Amino acid sequence: MSAAPTLEVDNLKTHFFTKAGVVKAVDGVSFHVNAGEILGLVGESGSGKSITGFSILGLIDPPGLIVSGAIRFKGEDLATLNEERLRSLRGNRISMIFQDPMMTLNPVLRIDTQMVETVLAHENIGRKAALERAREALALVGIPAPERRLVAYPHELSGGMRQRVAIAIAFINKPDLVIADEPTTALDVTIQAQILFEAQELCRKTGTAMVWITHDLAVIAALADRIAVMYAGRVVEAGTADEVIAHPLHPYTHGLLGSVPTRNQRGTRLTQIPGMTPSLLNLPDGCAFAARCPRVAQQCCEQQIPSQQILGRSVRCCKPLVAEAVA
Amino acid sequence: MSIAEAPIAAKPKAVVETPFRRFASEYLESRVAAFALGLMMVLIGLAVLAPWITPQNPYDLAQVDVLDSRLPPGTKSSGNYTHWLGTDGAGRDLLSAMIYGLRISLIVGVMSGLIAMIVGTAVGMTAAYTGGRVENLIMRIVDLQLSFPAILLALMLIAVLGKGIDKIIIALVTVQWAYYARTVRGTALVEARKEYVEAARCLGLSSPRILFKHILPNCIAPLIVVATVQTAHAIALEATLSFLGVGLPQTEPSLGLLISNGFEYMLSGKYWISFFPGLVLLVTIVAINLVGDQLRDVLNPRLKR
Repeated sequence: MSAAPTLEVDNLKTHFFTKAGVVKAVDGVSFHVNAGEILGLVGESGSGKSITGFSILGLIDPPGLIVSGAIRFKGEDLATLNEERLRSLRGNRISMIFQDPMMTLNPVLRIDTQMVETVLAHENIGRKAALERAREALALVGIPAPERRLVAYPHELSGGMRQRVAIAIAFINKPDLVIADEPTTALDVTIQAQILFEAQELCRKTGTAMVWITHDLAVIAALADRIAVMYAGRVVEAGTADEVIAHPLHPYTHGLLGSVPTRNQRGTRLTQIPGMTPSLLNLPDGCAFAARCPRVAQQCCEQQIPSQQILGRSVRCCKPLVAEAVA
Repeated sequence: MSIAEAPIAAKPKAVVETPFRRFASEYLESRVAAFALGLMMVLIGLAVLAPWITPQNPYDLAQVDVLDSRLPPGTKSSGNYTHWLGTDGAGRDLLSAMIYGLRISLIVGVMSGLIAMIVGTAVGMTAAYTGGRVENLIMRIVDLQLSFPAILLALMLIAVLGKGIDKIIIALVTVQWAYYARTVRGTALVEARKEYVEAARCLGLSSPRILFKHILPNCIAPLIVVATVQTAHAIALEATLSFLGVGLPQTEPSLGLLISNGFEYMLSGKYWISFFPGLVLLVTIVAINLVGDQLRDVLNPRLKR
């Protein structure tokens, strides 16, 4: 950790002011990503991981609002930038890959049109050079015969191929940061493995920092350098991928890892985390996980649990599983 | 039988499944619609080729003899050629007058349809893009426009503007742009919620660019459907205005005016002056509507089989 991280999110709070009340979708999230590094942002549905991604891009629409916190990207605080400046960063220095490749490409425009569009929106290099850049980008993500794919329409490509195109578009302007919002969820496992491999390669090669949002721990274990586990709008545990997966400190991470089906559990009932994620409209005063936690204590319900450093990780828990991790 | 000869025969033809080809094959699945399309082509062909295929130029007064007026179908005239469909009250060959009339009707219908589409699309897109108060204002004007009976509004406008093809087109555009505006706005709002628009925003594209380059092409399908139906409407409306005598000048009769000219002779047995133009008008409008119906079925993803 010599140079400053590419992205540093500090105590970010994104709230939605609905008629039913304030939804604290993201409520004090902090993490950082370095150049060439992949951060896995893990959590259940509704834990605020996607909203965190959109907050970084500045694409939170009313009634949502970034209430407080800083998003430092290469020395600029994205949370305070105007729309004009944000737009020049989007798709250029920061880009995004979405979950469903069937939906994210425009069905009536050819692949080359969509790719050239992205280049020309940020650089004035002429159509021909942009087209050449598009061809290179397709080749880079391992698409065979890129010339033929360029003139294809999205419906002529398979799901995996489309996601590769989406990734190529995300990387076309050589961004410093890519936010991937569950990009492999809609794909077959074999395709998923290929895409993961290519994403990892691209990051290493180009020095692009990546935030990989997912609920799939198996994916993250194979891919990420570091992991931040989110629960109810907060990061409950963050550390290197190997450590967090081998020895989770937070009971929630522990439960999450326990619910992953494995081969040797055949026939036995899977462990579950009892209960449901709390309503973001009405979060408890203390630890949001207290109601479902097997190690819950009196103090958990009384006040907010601050983030503390244990064994080189940050953990939001007053009764972390330190003994198990050390043993 | 042997393996050696099989590959030559089995070599697949390189048929590229383009969106247009698939669309065309889906459209032609319905025999009626295919027939209607063919009929529409024939009618358009007739109208375009009018000067070369009609036996008489009905606009050229030198070729028209008043003594030949109201001849029944099949009669030989003083000019010594056969009026296959008879002549009208002014002595014009009815077949020629009808083809020229069809030409005017189609021009008026297509022109007003096209202009109304451009105006309506621009207004509808503006409404969808700006949102808020401007959108409300535009859509209330659209509602107001649509609540008026089309024929009443067109009559009022013609009364103010006067006769002539251009005036009729202006009147029809005024009556019809609102349909396009409403359709485009609705579709654009639906499209704007789709993920590819979100993705385009993430690429840093500007809003007008997203609107016109990404959203508008996706609104084309419903627009085409509205355009065909409204064009048929425009032709019928023009015929109605001409029938009422406020549309086009007597010297250049459209189908509606021909019907109106023959109307008074109907009861005296001279049916043909109104009957044949009426038939052509009916066939034209039905053909366009059938084409429009099939387009709606093919282009509507919810009705996809």
